[in-house]
Amino acid sequence: MLLAILSDIHGNREAFEAVLAAARAAGAERFVVLGDIVGYGADSEWCTETARSLAESGAIVLRGNHDDAIGNASVTMNPTATMALEWTRRQLGADARAFLAALPLKAREGDYLFVHADASAPSDWNYVLDASDAGQHLGACEARVSFCGHVHKPALYCTAPGGRVTHFCPVAATPVPLLPQRRWLAVMGAVGQPRDGNPCAAFALYDTGSAELRFLRAAYDIATAAGKIRAAGLPVSLAERLFEGR
Amino acid sequence: MVKGRLKPGEVIDGFVIEDIAHNGGMARIWQVSRPDIDCPILMKVPVIGEGDDPAAIVGFEMEQMILPRLTGPHVPRFVANGDFATLPYIVMERLPGTSLYPLLERLPLPPEEVAAIGAKVAVALDSLHRQHVVHLDLKPSNVMFRESGETVLIDYGLARHIHLPDLMDEQFRLPYGTAPYMAPEQVLGTRSDFRSDLFALGVMLYFFATGERPFGDPQRLKGLKRRLWRDPLPPRARNGAIPLALQEIILRCLEVNPAWRYPSAAQLALDLQDLSAVKLTARAEKMKRDAFGTVLRRRFNPVPIETVKPQTAEAQLANAPIVAVAINLSGSTPDLDEAKRRTVARIIENTPDARIACLNVLKINRIALDTSLDEEGRNKHVMRLVELRAWSTGLPTPGGGITFHVLEAVSPADAILAYARENYVDHIVMGARAESAMRSMLGSVSGEVAAHAPCTVTVVRNRTRPEN
Repeated sequence: MLLAILSDIHGNREAFEAVLAAARAAGAERFVVLGDIVGYGADSEWCTETARSLAESGAIVLRGNHDDAIGNASVTMNPTATMALEWTRRQLGADARAFLAALPLKAREGDYLFVHADASAPSDWNYVLDASDAGQHLGACEARVSFCGHVHKPALYCTAPGGRVTHFCPVAATPVPLLPQRRWLAVMGAVGQPRDGNPCAAFALYDTGSAELRFLRAAYDIATAAGKIRAAGLPVSLAERLFEGR
Repeated sequence: MVKGRLKPGEVIDGFVIEDIAHNGGMARIWQVSRPDIDCPILMKVPVIGEGDDPAAIVGFEMEQMILPRLTGPHVPRFVANGDFATLPYIVMERLPGTSLYPLLERLPLPPEEVAAIGAKVAVALDSLHRQHVVHLDLKPSNVMFRESGETVLIDYGLARHIHLPDLMDEQFRLPYGTAPYMAPEQVLGTRSDFRSDLFALGVMLYFFATGERPFGDPQRLKGLKRRLWRDPLPPRARNGAIPLALQEIILRCLEVNPAWRYPSAAQLALDLQDLSAVKLTARAEKMKRDAFGTVLRRRFNPVPIETVKPQTAEAQLANAPIVAVAINLSGSTPDLDEAKRRTVARIIENTPDARIACLNVLKINRIALDTSLDEEGRNKHVMRLVELRAWSTGLPTPGGGITFHVLEAVSPADAILAYARENYVDHIVMGARAESAMRSMLGSVSGEVAAHAPCTVTVVRNRTRPEN
């Protein structure tokens, strides 16, 4: 089965649509959304509705820290994120809020674990930024292959029993075989706010049959997404960074 | 999990175990067969046990990742990977004959033979590098040949695929490779520079041509690091029969700084195929090792080695295309010539390590045997070369140099296409023949080249004013 794995959509409808279209065109049979559906972008309501209809047709949809903060007044974030969060809270209807609040923090299916951030304490929202963070994650879960997001930069970690954790920065769409004798943690790039210097929306396709993972990018209409952020009166930096993927 | 050693007659995933082909320290290799596979095949099974070198396992995993992604005549065909849960193995095509290893019995080889072998290995490396893989363990025992003559590079246990995770990296503190052949940057831990393989090929050529290894066979890290500052005795000091051009090539491959070596295996192959076209420098004339003072300075003030990251390794290679410029000396116009020169100048600016090959086709008569002398007794061929050189005046100098070639052929398009195929040309630049009765009758050479070329083709044509 070909899984399309998406993370950190952040209310960016144009990026979300482009990724869904690209994944479907590539033959994706099932979707996984690793959380942070809302926040930063101007279309959180639409993105939540779309995630909900994906979930209704069998997708795995998880809660990220931004989704969590919608219904959690005690959450503190940096000033820009807080402004976006408050704006998003006002935009979302009761149904959307209820949907986000009810999402699970992680999902385990067979060999696979899906989670928004480091699995050792999912509700602490720790970032997996390097091999040592990845080691903590891999030490805290049993799944052979796990997928997380939260960092907005794609990466792939692996380890063999007793071995050190190896870090890899994906450089091309070449399928990476996730060798079955090793354990893997794939960190997804962001759909709606990439920060690895490539402004195209990031996602991945994983073939459960061949155990091959492809890190992919989809071009989308950045000007429209950024224009909506400006028109909504959200911080301008949130629009500008989309053009550079920073 | 399959316990113990395999025995002839056993069947694993449909593969019938026949005979043991090689019993090595890191792996056993079995001759196997499967009814649906029509070529001879081998099964490589790693030796896994307590106290074994963990690098053996990781190397095996690397090969399981890389081999299925390689194609073409220069790699063994991949058949199947076995799961670690039952039995880890790789089944691949079995190549005929032996490796280059037995050649070591009859060194030194004649220089022509050294250059010919080197050119074939360089062509195989070019194919591998274009598939994003650095071999990192090139040595005589890893070079085999097909019956059709192509070189096949085997053993990807230390290789690096630029697009895949490097399981070797960060795993081990010591550099992995084969001591005599390891490039200086590899000794320092870099595993993503394509030019490391050119260094290893340089060591092979030196060994074949002189019978001696340029850096010996050090057994410790300290000895390995010596090649960072101690230059080898020039090959011609060991064997006077080695031509200057071959010494130039070998010493350029053995440069400590990768940036001073050939920028690509394809450019190295070109030089090895035609020693007469090699541009000689001080390397060619060198008869002694560097003086004590120089070596001492280098020891404490090391040669710079720019570290190439996986992300930039491919950009470095892409900066070194082989560009063929087809120049029509009689049928062109000054405007078109100028436009073509500007196009080539821009290519050199954008890809500074390019090699530019200027071509002219000397048309020969289909039936009569041409006398290559014209009425004035001047050699047409030489005249054309002089004119080609004149054409190139004013072009910036590319890193790979400019060469000039007059091709004698009946059909210019066929000659240009054949040159491009045989010389790994990445880009052909040519002018369009002007609108004429000739073109409508014969078709355009550029059109035919563009339709059949194995690479990018730029057809230069001056924009004309539309006529109402």
